[in-house]
Amino acid sequence: MMEHIRTPKVENVRLIDRTVSRKATVGTLYLSATHTIFVENNPETRKETWVLHSLVASVERPPTTPSGSHLVIRTKNFQVLELLVPQERDATDIHASLARLSRPEKYSELYCLSINPTANKEEREESWSFLDLQADYRRMGVPNNLWVGTPANSEYRVCDTYPSELFVPKSATPPVIVGSSKFRSRGRFPVLTYFHQDTLASICRCSQPLSGFSARSQEDEQMMQAIMKANPGSEYIYVVDTRPKLNAMANRAAGKGYENEDHYTNIKLQFIGIENIHVMRNSQQKIIDIKTPSMGDFLWGLESSGWLKHIKAVLDAGVFIAKAVAEEGVSVVVHCSDGWDRTAQACSLASVLLDPYYRTMKGLMLLIERDWVSFGHKFSHRYNHLDGDPKEVSPVIDQFVECVWQLSEQFPCAFEFNERFLIQLRRHVYSCQYGNFLGNSQKERRDMRLRERTYSLWPQLWKDRAQYVNPLYRADHTQTQGMLRPNTTPYCFKMWKGMYNRLEKSAPPRHSPADLLTAVREETQQLEQELTNHQEVAPRGTAHSGTKQGIQTPKSKMKRPGRPAPSTGDGSVDSPPHDYRSTQRGPPDPAMTLPLGPPKGSDPDDLSSACSDIESGVIDLSSRSSSGGDDCKDPESDEAIYCPAWSGTRGPDTGRLPC
Amino acid sequence: MEFSEHIKTANVEDVVLRRPFYQPTKGTLCVTGHHLIFSNRGGDSARPFLLLLRNIDAIEKRPSVSSGTITLKCKDLCVLQLDIPGMEECLNIASSIESLSSLETVSEMYPFFYRPPFLSLQDQWGLSSTEQHYAQMKEIHDGWRVSQVNRDYSVSPSYPPAVIVPHSIDDETLVKAARFRQGGRFPVLCYYHRETGTVIMRSSQPLSGANRKRCREDELLLQAVIDGSELGYIIDTRSSQQAQQARMTGGGFESKSCYRGWKRLHRQLEKGKVLQESLIKLVEACGDQSHSVDRWLSKLENSKWLSHVQTALSTAGLVAECVERDGHSVLVHGSEGTDTSLLVSSLAQLILDPDSRTLAGFLGLLEREWVQAGHPFQQRCAHSAYSHVRLRHEAPVFVLLLDCVWQLARQFPLAMGFSEPLLLRLAKEVYASDYGTFLCNSDQERCVTGVKERTHCLFQSLLRANERQHYSNPLYERTELAIWPSIQPPSLQLWKGLFLQWTDDALHLVEAQKVIQNLVSQCHRPLNEKVENTDG
Repeated sequence: MMEHIRTPKVENVRLIDRTVSRKATVGTLYLSATHTIFVENNPETRKETWVLHSLVASVERPPTTPSGSHLVIRTKNFQVLELLVPQERDATDIHASLARLSRPEKYSELYCLSINPTANKEEREESWSFLDLQADYRRMGVPNNLWVGTPANSEYRVCDTYPSELFVPKSATPPVIVGSSKFRSRGRFPVLTYFHQDTLASICRCSQPLSGFSARSQEDEQMMQAIMKANPGSEYIYVVDTRPKLNAMANRAAGKGYENEDHYTNIKLQFIGIENIHVMRNSQQKIIDIKTPSMGDFLWGLESSGWLKHIKAVLDAGVFIAKAVAEEGVSVVVHCSDGWDRTAQACSLASVLLDPYYRTMKGLMLLIERDWVSFGHKFSHRYNHLDGDPKEVSPVIDQFVECVWQLSEQFPCAFEFNERFLIQLRRHVYSCQYGNFLGNSQKERRDMRLRERTYSLWPQLWKDRAQYVNPLYRADHTQTQGMLRPNTTPYCFKMWKGMYNRLEKSAPPRHSPADLLTAVREETQQLEQELTNHQEVAPRGTAHSGTKQGIQTPKSKMKRPGRPAPSTGDGSVDSPPHDYRSTQRGPPDPAMTLPLGPPKGSDPDDLSSACSDIESGVIDLSSRSSSGGDDCKDPESDEAIYCPAWSGTRGPDTGRLPC
Repeated sequence: MEFSEHIKTANVEDVVLRRPFYQPTKGTLCVTGHHLIFSNRGGDSARPFLLLLRNIDAIEKRPSVSSGTITLKCKDLCVLQLDIPGMEECLNIASSIESLSSLETVSEMYPFFYRPPFLSLQDQWGLSSTEQHYAQMKEIHDGWRVSQVNRDYSVSPSYPPAVIVPHSIDDETLVKAARFRQGGRFPVLCYYHRETGTVIMRSSQPLSGANRKRCREDELLLQAVIDGSELGYIIDTRSSQQAQQARMTGGGFESKSCYRGWKRLHRQLEKGKVLQESLIKLVEACGDQSHSVDRWLSKLENSKWLSHVQTALSTAGLVAECVERDGHSVLVHGSEGTDTSLLVSSLAQLILDPDSRTLAGFLGLLEREWVQAGHPFQQRCAHSAYSHVRLRHEAPVFVLLLDCVWQLARQFPLAMGFSEPLLLRLAKEVYASDYGTFLCNSDQERCVTGVKERTHCLFQSLLRANERQHYSNPLYERTELAIWPSIQPPSLQLWKGLFLQWTDDALHLVEAQKVIQNLVSQCHRPLNEKVENTDG
């Protein structure tokens, strides 16, 4: 990658704070093989801003101005970084370098493969054995006398986008499997994804049948029959086609389509109406583009983006499946077209609703590993890992993650993890810092030998779990047990501010009650520890003034700057009030954007904390102690660079009110 | 007058009551002068269900041959249904409810009959008087004084007997200035900012009229406020166009040339009919059972409620910014000075003043800025979102305030000493209450009707030990700093706790609140016990 870097270092670059009166900080810009790094000149702070190349969505170059050339970097995390480069030639170089660096053409250029991973073989191998999918199948009671493992797809002979280890009904013979596979788009025949031990009903997934207007397959019909028989308690199965019915019908003209209820005995066909990847891509773009200070325009934009409508459709699919399985005890076969996008969304959401285990951190990891990674969701295509067909790109897993978030808003005590965990998860789907999401199928990942060449994300997230814990989570709480029955009335869906408006600097993300409770808890544990220590030293304590003091003032201790949730007003010290002055129809609000990147070492997203052991090429910078002061301990510092954003309309000397 | 005149059928057996969160139950319905009482037959130990008739906003009856159904839509947004055997009984009950729930005579209302064992009529009515409030603020004694000029309510019928004004302005000047302000509401102090020594004042509009009249005394009064500093701001809660138009009907605004040093800013806040219709549309949207997200968002937008929340918070932010960041005094007024002015001045105080964010402080603020300051509660809260009665003076200004406070509390979950249940309780009490606090339209009316002698004060009651516990925020941690709310649209949310409080969704959130409460107490209790053990 180094050969693409035309200019590794440019001095006197201005990082323009888009939230403020275009105030800028002067510093030096570095281009490394993996990051764009901006280091402030100010010797007091030396704040560093790091942007991973693989997270860069676009680099724009507005026309050159007398003061220099602008570069606007937009990231896949919905952040914006604006730079002013004095020399036009430098700007051209950076632009060209970044344009190339942010669009890798080969997997080997990606972060997780471009660094030298052989350093610690054992650790790497261990990271890949952190999750055990087979153990999770065993946890749900599979294999059993109804469902068995089949060797049919070993070496990916039957279906190259499926995992090699699959579970099918006991009565499904190899000829039935192969025959069914031939009658399904891309050979994705019906296989088990979730088994519900209480009702013995199951969730199976596949792709659309190649039925056209009249074709049928005896084996496929036998396969469906076998799935129904594998649930002794029911006389029929649901076939959930997650597409709008019109789309499904249109597919018949291409020799595909959906199951003819006359040919399959005892199936009930149900269409859900989740739109296709192109609709979703456009919808997300619209929601990103909503930038208005006016409430009316905002709600109108939200409506016309259609995003929440789509989120609801995905959740509705999950709810339908979960209810069929848990309440009716009826097995469900889910498919869309190819069975790797909408099907993955619907199946995994149903699992989250059905099984409390998938509402824990490890459970959610396993679920993604199963329903998304192992079943061939095309991560590299959907999330644009390599420079490829833009029509393949779509925020499919974003929608799943958002549905989980919407659920967690409705059931605050039901999930072990917090919003940060979900945001972090989504980030890594795009970042390619770990090998988990490379490629488009298990086979591709095997062929790339990713387990030998990269690290797995999961143990890293697990290691950092302290910052991802939802303090309200109660394993024994009524909300937490059994099936979640969410309300899906439209008013239950709201815009995910933490995801899409990470840029806006208001107090809430830092001052969430959850963060405070986590802090309280830590504090308590710490004090208990101190107490224990004191008791050990002096069992018949005289006055342990130190300990006592600590206990009497746990709250005051929490005010230490840098805590996740310091006292509420904290943000207002360095953040002047919001812009109450501009009238609503003013210019697009600058506060919707934030200069990227936290001080080095402070960002959980950041490389140094995420995988410092395998870092390379940027050592010289990362080794310097972080200088952002207390901010560095703030896991939310991503959002928390409090610049004087709200004084946007007036500088210190123009501080007069408009009249 | 006897309530019994209105009661055609006092008791009906075998009535089925349907209400949110409960299975339908069969029991006996009883109508009394102020309540509907529903009791479960069969020795069920559960307490009877009691509904204040005043709480009923709209009543719909569907009689049939052998029975009838009455739907009661309450001002607290709850919807109940009664299945009554017998058409005649059904019609009788309905007409009794109709006439009893719309009685207008204040002294016949329930607070005059409510006598709980834990309160005494001998207790002080209200939390504090203007004089007591003034006495606590030693730092203003040099520049400000308490004036009793309105002791007999002759200067301003809607003002309390005592108000705080600049020291240098005598009562005679006040009387003259009052004649130049609508309803006699001359500028008075509502907040003094210690750090900058600047103040927030409020008043009604000046009566400059089409001829651009002036009033020397009014100008003197305002001059005295910014004495020594070069600038003050007048935040007019009308658009400049509205302010211009007001001159045609005798109202007006402070012209630049007459009020030197004062700059006027216009921020249009809706009130009256517009606000009431907004509430009606919002409640209608929340009750829409359709499953279309588009339709919901479009209705939410169309109601404009969140826009009103945004404008109110943004204007309050502006006032607070003038005071704290620019160090300039502010006068807030609209037209009458009894609605949006109070909304803005109280929100600005919550942003700036940590004392007003405690439970007692907040109730004190409400008492000063709303009850004593003469917000016409009786007119504004006569009906809520369901009523079919034609609108006259109804407007949910106070509910809008509570929503804005909820937004503040949501954005700063640690800064407020009180919790969401308090806001919900107030939202309910303001429409129908056992207490006299929100009766009448002004202090004067409350004195005339004997509210202060013959009813109990809600605020007093909320500060009793066990209530206080319930309404306190377990996460509260006092901060001396101003809390600047974000007014970006994604930061402002629909107040589910109020508008969707009768849905399951709200239940989950209530449960979460309990978990938080337990967590906080658990985190501290075992430790404290251990410490005690260690010490022992």
